[in-house]
Amino acid sequence: MSTVTTQDRHRPASRWLVLGVLLVASVYFLAPVWWLLVASTKTSSGLFSGNGFWFGDFALFDNLKQVFTRQDGIYGEWLANSALYAVGGAGVSTLISALAGYALAKYRFRGRELTFNGVLAAVLVPQPLLAVPLYLMFSQLHLVNTVWAVLLPGMVSPFGVYLARIYAAASVPDEIIEAGRIDGAGELRIFATIALRVMAPALVTIFLFQFVSIWTNYLLPVLMLADDHLQPVTVGVVGWQAQRALGSGAVPLNIVVAAAMVSAVPLVILFLSLQRFWRAGLTAGSTK
Amino acid sequence: MTTAPTGRAVPEAEPARRRPPLRHPRPRPRPRPRGRGRTAGLFLAPFLLLFTALYLAPIGYTVHQSLFRMHRSGLGLTAPTQAFAGLANYAAVLGDPEFRGSLLRVLLIGVVQVPLMLLLALVLALLLDARSTMFKRFFRLAFFLPYALPGVVGAIMWSYLVAPGLSPITAAAEHLGLHLNLTSDGMLGPTIGNMLTWGWTGYNMLILYSALQSIPPELSEAAVMDGCSAFGIAWRIKVPMIRPALVLTTVFSIIGTAQLYNEPAILHNVAPNLSSTYTPIYAAYNAVDANNFNGAATESVVLALLAFVLSFGFLKLVQRRGAAL
Repeated sequence: MSTVTTQDRHRPASRWLVLGVLLVASVYFLAPVWWLLVASTKTSSGLFSGNGFWFGDFALFDNLKQVFTRQDGIYGEWLANSALYAVGGAGVSTLISALAGYALAKYRFRGRELTFNGVLAAVLVPQPLLAVPLYLMFSQLHLVNTVWAVLLPGMVSPFGVYLARIYAAASVPDEIIEAGRIDGAGELRIFATIALRVMAPALVTIFLFQFVSIWTNYLLPVLMLADDHLQPVTVGVVGWQAQRALGSGAVPLNIVVAAAMVSAVPLVILFLSLQRFWRAGLTAGSTK
Repeated sequence: MTTAPTGRAVPEAEPARRRPPLRHPRPRPRPRPRGRGRTAGLFLAPFLLLFTALYLAPIGYTVHQSLFRMHRSGLGLTAPTQAFAGLANYAAVLGDPEFRGSLLRVLLIGVVQVPLMLLLALVLALLLDARSTMFKRFFRLAFFLPYALPGVVGAIMWSYLVAPGLSPITAAAEHLGLHLNLTSDGMLGPTIGNMLTWGWTGYNMLILYSALQSIPPELSEAAVMDGCSAFGIAWRIKVPMIRPALVLTTVFSIIGTAQLYNEPAILHNVAPNLSSTYTPIYAAYNAVDANNFNGAATESVVLALLAFVLSFGFLKLVQRRGAAL
């Protein structure tokens, strides 16, 4: 900070150039979101006339009312379904990941490396690539079009196990575990009372990532769930967007935009309030 | 953990006595993780059970399905029977020009879009990492915001931003006397590439930026002393040092391109000219829709193999390059 020589080398001209480049980039990333925000406040006809990037007739509250009352309030059901799938899946997967990651980090047993390598390989298997195989298997098992078709796949997170293992290895001291054993505590008790508490920050990260990945998932639920009362909000909103092409009875565009925006609100809140945990999860891969 | 005896005078030797002597004195006093295979197995069981049921089983079932075919009797009066088909499904899928086209399309998008996006992410990360840059926190948040939005919301948003009759981009081009149709057949590729770049640059930038932050500052300070320019420092010192992060983001991006589905499927709603076999997953989805489960299974296996070969091929390539350097 105090080295003056390095500061001197950055001439003001290049500083402004850097600022200019960053500003252009932030316009590219922010302008579409701004358009979405503005569009969600407009009337249907207002969307097709006037400046797309500035407010016209302010109809946000009317739009929101329409979003939540359309088709007997199915949008609320979609949000509740999304919450059920995301909280249920992420909750179970966090607990399971913590158990598995702790075992991989703190016990020495045969097959440990094999298991961990399997987990690492599975981290690289993208969820959408697995969606069609899951559908084929679930349709054989008659699980398609049930809550379980979306809830069960959300309960496994190899990335969560990977994070939990790294974190447990780095932050749960062997001495504490050993002390607990000497005091006669069982292994499960040591895990539940000591390890879980130390691993809490990692568990928040695991829960967050799994919650977001379930909430934003589209391909798996759109394959699995034909019943629109079971669908999560992503499938519901895209369904409304697709109806527009059908002509009469179509969902007005401003309603689709407002519905899309509302579905992103929980994630933006999570993102802004838990930034520290986001970064912890994102950088875990690059440092190893 | 330890409950100290209360209510009585603590003898001198208490601290030592609180820990009872080990019943099995071991030669090495290192309390490292020991063989508690049973407990470890119990802790791992829930994960392994679900992993087997929801990862390994569907993969195995899909490979199995890709080797079979449904046979219907001529009149369709009896239930169709499944018969072993060998590699016939693979021959059919690879001989299908539509599916081949979808594979080529994601390859092309990957070859053009992934390097462009990663270059943009790298430049932004380097600029944010430079010491004299102002408003770092704001820029970091701004670049990362698209990643915080659900991919479906981003795709719906872009579908309207490029839709004929609604697109503000087309309107602006019209002002300048340019006729631009962002959903014409020729523009679909660039439009989808743009959606991907918009959505994922910030994510990659953050990974690269974190790697840059872990470079010891003394390194660039020493280079400055030696008269190295800011560009020289970035290119000769910083970029080589974040090589692992660059490799990681490239592999993730290759895999991400292989699984392309949301963007084309949602763009299809405003651009009916977009083929319903635009990407391999899109094609597999439509095969499922048409009740052609064996075809969908085969297409999934082919796509998974391709993604695997490409990402591991890239890893091998950079490993060999790394050895040569």
